[in-house]
Amino acid sequence: MEKSGKKSDRRDFLFTATYTVGAVGIGATIWPFIDQMNPDNSVKALATTEVDISQIQPGKSITVLWRGKPVFIKRRTETEISEAQSVNLEELKHPEKDADRVKKPEWLVMMGICSHLGCVPLSDKGEYKGWFCPCHGSHYDTSGRIRKGPAPTNMEIPKYVFVDENTIKIG
Amino acid sequence: MSEHTYTPQSKFGKWFNDRLPLLSLASHLTDYPTPKNLNYWWTFGGILTFCLLSQMITGLVLAMHYVAHADMAFSSIEHIMRDVNYGWLIRYIHSNGASMFFLAVYIHIFRSLFYGSYKSPREIIWILGMLIYLLMMATAFMGYVLPWGQMSFWGATVITNLFSAIPLVGESITTWLWGGYAVDNPTLTRFFSLHYFFPFLILGLVILHIWALHVPGNNNPIGIDVEKPSKDTVPFHPYITIKDLFALLIFLIIFSGFIFFAPNILGHSDNYIEANPLVTPKHIVPEWYLLPFYAILRSVPDKLGGVVLLFGSIFILMALPWLDSSKVRSSIFRPLNRIFFWILIVNVLALGYVGAMPAEGLYLLIARVGTAYYFAHFLIILPVLSRIEKTQPLPLSITDPVLTGK
Ligand code: HEM
Ligand code: FES
Repeated sequence: MEKSGKKSDRRDFLFTATYTVGAVGIGATIWPFIDQMNPDNSVKALATTEVDISQIQPGKSITVLWRGKPVFIKRRTETEISEAQSVNLEELKHPEKDADRVKKPEWLVMMGICSHLGCVPLSDKGEYKGWFCPCHGSHYDTSGRIRKGPAPTNMEIPKYVFVDENTIKIG
Repeated sequence: MSEHTYTPQSKFGKWFNDRLPLLSLASHLTDYPTPKNLNYWWTFGGILTFCLLSQMITGLVLAMHYVAHADMAFSSIEHIMRDVNYGWLIRYIHSNGASMFFLAVYIHIFRSLFYGSYKSPREIIWILGMLIYLLMMATAFMGYVLPWGQMSFWGATVITNLFSAIPLVGESITTWLWGGYAVDNPTLTRFFSLHYFFPFLILGLVILHIWALHVPGNNNPIGIDVEKPSKDTVPFHPYITIKDLFALLIFLIIFSGFIFFAPNILGHSDNYIEANPLVTPKHIVPEWYLLPFYAILRSVPDKLGGVVLLFGSIFILMALPWLDSSKVRSSIFRPLNRIFFWILIVNVLALGYVGAMPAEGLYLLIARVGTAYYFAHFLIILPVLSRIEKTQPLPLSITDPVLTGK
């Protein structure tokens, strides 16, 4: 029976090899059909925006569109800055120092997207006088940190640089 | 399908049927023995079939005039409403048709709950039905995005963001769904493509659903097994066809009432404002048929928790045939289940109501109690109840209680 045992070994090998090559082939064929849904080159190309901030008065903010999403650029007042800086980090759901969220304390540049399910929060509203998201009731402070409600994290800070005194480049 | 001994009369019919037994299928469908005590709650299967076909036909026509592009979608809808001949009619049939479809499916589902139609041997019918229901929700959601109004845009944003709650891969999944970094043109075009395609999947599942139904045959209001064919059954045609058609007519009268007298009452006026990614409407609500689930989502003060309960509330229904272990199907003979059935209905309606209200104060409290009760019903009450309940004696046949005057 030795001979037939050997034969079936060879068959087993051929079967396994065929299945493996087949599986790899199917995977390689499916992948383009999945990946085509990811952001395409034209979407990725729109990656930076320059904004003129010279007209913004203290206490006011503007909203600009970057990659299809709103970005808040807020010129904070002295009280708003000190409020943001004086918070005890222990109280925070997502502890982050205000200093880590800004490049210059006067300017808060932040994605205007609630970290819960993506609505645009309203400015100067809510229990912490920062932002309030009307969709499911999340309250943010003057540093855009989550203080109350279902949102899990602080509002995100995009990549940006001060090109000069009056211009910010986002992205 | 049961064995068939059908032979067509004509020579050509026989020749054809030997090669493709379509005539045998038609004869199976007309003769299909149906319990003779089916009430009007059983007419919704036919109504649902009508709804699906109506959506597919009106949708096909709308797609001839609609433009799936973020810059043009909104105005192409206005073009359909104002310029296209009868465009307003076709659009209103399609938009109100979605609501009527869900109304019918909810009645159909609660019919199954009351009469125990999900129980052995009909578990596969039930699971196929739940899959149909899931696909219906996905299709309706993507359809609502197409007009590219404010509710379209923000509804799409909130729902797609549900996936971002998944740990680790959540962000990549939402980006993949959007084809960008926010809901935008790539999202719109893929939703259009899928909205067109999903109903064909639903149609396929409906065929399997009815095929699976024709193996054991229909359940019936007293939920006992009937011998088929027997004095307890009638042939599907003409008895059930005419009854289903009559019910469909009544349904169409109500449907027409919406189309001609209150075509926008079930929609939201904000969707007549074009999508604006910079401003979220004050109060985002989904379409009425998703409100109970929305209430469940918002009742949890935690992002992942809310999403888990939302999906859990639907998937729990799939396990229903195994959560309810009572041998008796119909709630007519289950005094306890009958009571809890009605409490569940009130609970779901209450969840729907608070889902439309702001998530605060008393509304939030009701949503939390309602959510807890919903899960308790399926995970605690039903399993326990089905073991301790003392059911009433079942009649031996459908004809039996009539003849004995009971
Ligand atoms: C497009 C949607 C649907 C269509 C067109 C459809 C169609 C039908 C039809 C024609 C019947 C036979 C007549 C009747 O008993 O009413 C039936 C039976 C049934 N359906 Fe559906 N259905 C749909 C969705 C669903 C859903 C979402 C569920 C529940 C999860 C469901 C559960 C059942 C069950 C359990 C039966 C067997 C009922 C019995 O004979 O007692 N169906 N369906
Ligand atoms: S999206 Fe902001 S609270 Fe839900």
